[in-house]
Amino acid sequence: MATKAEKDSVSGQFTTGHEWDGIKELNTPLPRWWVWIFFITIAWAVVYCILYPSWPGINGYWAGTKGYHSRTEVAQELEQAKAAKAVYLSKLKDASLDDIVKDKDLLNFALAGGRSVFNENCAACHGFGGVGAYGFPNLADDVWLWGGSLDDVRTTISFGIRNSNPNSRQSEMPAYGGGDVLNDAQLNDLAEYVLSLSKSSKDAVAAARGQAIFANNGCTTCHGEAGEGNQAVGAPALSAGVWLYKEKDQKAAIISQVKAPKQGVMPSWADRGLDDATIKELTVYVHSLGGGK
Amino acid sequence: MSVQNTPSPTDGGSPYAATKKAYPRFLNAGAFRRLKWLALIVSLGFYWIGPWLRWDRGPGAPGQAILVDLPGRRAYCFGIEIWPQEVYYLTGILIIAALLLFFISALLGRVWCGFACWQTVFTDLFVWIERLFEGERAQRILLDKAPWSANKLWRKAGKQICWILISILAGFGFIGFFDDVHLLLRDLLTGEAGVSAYAAMAVIGGCCYLLAGFAREDVCIYMCPYSRFQSAMFDEHSMIVSYESWRGEPRGPVRGAGRGRPAEQLFAERGHCIDCRMCVQVCPTGIDIRDGSQLACIGCALCVDACNSMMDRVGLPRGLVSYDSSFNQQARAAGDMSSSSPMARPRVYIYLAIIGLVAILMAYSLMTRKTFDVNILHERAPMYVEVSGGRVRNGYTFKILNMVRGPGHFRLTVEGLNKATMSVIGVDGDQMETVDLPVDGDSVGTFRMFVTAPNASLSGKKADLTFALTNLDTGKVVRRDNLFAGPER
Repeated sequence: MATKAEKDSVSGQFTTGHEWDGIKELNTPLPRWWVWIFFITIAWAVVYCILYPSWPGINGYWAGTKGYHSRTEVAQELEQAKAAKAVYLSKLKDASLDDIVKDKDLLNFALAGGRSVFNENCAACHGFGGVGAYGFPNLADDVWLWGGSLDDVRTTISFGIRNSNPNSRQSEMPAYGGGDVLNDAQLNDLAEYVLSLSKSSKDAVAAARGQAIFANNGCTTCHGEAGEGNQAVGAPALSAGVWLYKEKDQKAAIISQVKAPKQGVMPSWADRGLDDATIKELTVYVHSLGGGK
Repeated sequence: MSVQNTPSPTDGGSPYAATKKAYPRFLNAGAFRRLKWLALIVSLGFYWIGPWLRWDRGPGAPGQAILVDLPGRRAYCFGIEIWPQEVYYLTGILIIAALLLFFISALLGRVWCGFACWQTVFTDLFVWIERLFEGERAQRILLDKAPWSANKLWRKAGKQICWILISILAGFGFIGFFDDVHLLLRDLLTGEAGVSAYAAMAVIGGCCYLLAGFAREDVCIYMCPYSRFQSAMFDEHSMIVSYESWRGEPRGPVRGAGRGRPAEQLFAERGHCIDCRMCVQVCPTGIDIRDGSQLACIGCALCVDACNSMMDRVGLPRGLVSYDSSFNQQARAAGDMSSSSPMARPRVYIYLAIIGLVAILMAYSLMTRKTFDVNILHERAPMYVEVSGGRVRNGYTFKILNMVRGPGHFRLTVEGLNKATMSVIGVDGDQMETVDLPVDGDSVGTFRMFVTAPNASLSGKKADLTFALTNLDTGKVVRRDNLFAGPER
């Protein structure tokens, strides 16, 4: 119930005039400075709402008189980042792969770029850090199918393997299976021999029989006399003990690969839209993973 | 302890007390005033001259004696150079500083507040300038009350200009410790210094202007935590500014028939305090020390000087207001005139012992400071790589911290892993038993390296190995344990 505001005799303050059952409320106004700052913040908010995007509408929103947009800001930042990169990128375009590896700053730039491009495009098959997977070569080891020099790596990335690009790396492991060429016993002996090349055969007699099969069926043409492989045709080194199709029972895996070989495919990244500079970055990165020659 | 400036609501007063501006009177006499000048000259002298001191560290290194190089991540103090890893030296200095404060407070009360604190020193300087322009206490009070006139305007404006100039210098003095002061000064004047330099200067200078020019004693009374916990630092043996009420009361002015009579007669039947209020007028926080020790007293002892000069004039013994302990005061009030030393307490020696211990530890660690260190990171993607010939390879990133000026030569060997060999990217050679790694002076050398070992060297999924890095210049060896991962078996 409202009564008249009066001066309180105890505190010397005025009351608000509100009274409930004889209890009156003292009027204790907010400090003036606080009130003023409060008003200023309100004014600030009004000005802000006019200058910047603020109120939702039916078909859109109030865009503000300054034309600010956080996307424009991001675009600007991207432009700035591009401009910052441009110095190195132009250097990278002109430099040869050997030059890039020798120039420490350029190398660091290329490695950083290469890592992100690798993780976006290559890691799906080759794994983070290039560790590979079943059927997808490990790029960090020292065994290469198509060569581990900078130029070899660049060619493989640019044109790919066994795809429709005319420059793509091409080769085919013939199928020896189905009883037409080799029967199961011969396949077993051959696999023992292949295992023995990396000193992992447990049956020396079978391996000795397999050696003749290996020599007489044209295996040496691509894989070499001692199974050292041939990178010109992507023939794996069988003596390295590193298997593209690694399984618990490696002998069975070898037999399967001789009988009905899987032919791995890699896309051409030049066709997929990576430009020359990006492929250089990728090349340098892959080369740095540990196996580069 | 009564708190004069903050009356409590229980006293019946309002919980809000309007700040009464203090107009400290300047009395250029007395030992404590001289001590204050000395403290001002020494502290501001170090503050403004410190960055300009030079120290030759050879080519390529900063020539500034005291420098905190934040972008370069180094701190220099004459012959000492600290890396970010050694920030514990800063901790040590802070511990010593805190203990020194405890120690000196236990002995001498708030001498830090009264003489050496930034707030006190700058306020002292600002008040002195205020007096140059606006005159002594009484004139300043009148000037503030007077309406605006040309006279008031130029006095106020002159004061403000001087204050602002000093504040700018205060800001510059601070940032001078964080950058090459010669280049910094040039860049500041030509407007080419970094935003952070101007911002730091604005913050420090602005604080100096506001706190020393306007807030003044309110900083000590309301903002600074030290006055709140000083009661924990003191005991009855601490020397504090104290009024000998047993001698001074009942107080009263000397007037009328009293004048001209010899002091012994005049003061036979009354207290020695002549209520001249000099002690109140000179007080920078505007309190009356005769109310006893209080929160707002910063222990500057200017009232001691003021009272002594008055006592001299009326021919009474000095020391009615004096630097004394409350223990002594109680004894004197009871008639015992001997005084006990504040040193005769165990806490004083405990503080001293801890300070000494920390100082010795710091000195020892400085003298035996490592000149190099190494951080090793095992590569995780991939954890290991199987390479040809039934071998396993692990990658590591090596960071060698060479903390001396000249180039360092380090030799790395692997221990604890059978037939392990190394290769380092950027260093010629493959399958090496030892690798020599050069690192430039005063820098961190980063190397990516591979350790290769036959699969047979591992008994399980992983093995322990130890890297031993020998400094070929000093012969010192640092060993770091790490792991070598291999395939599941």
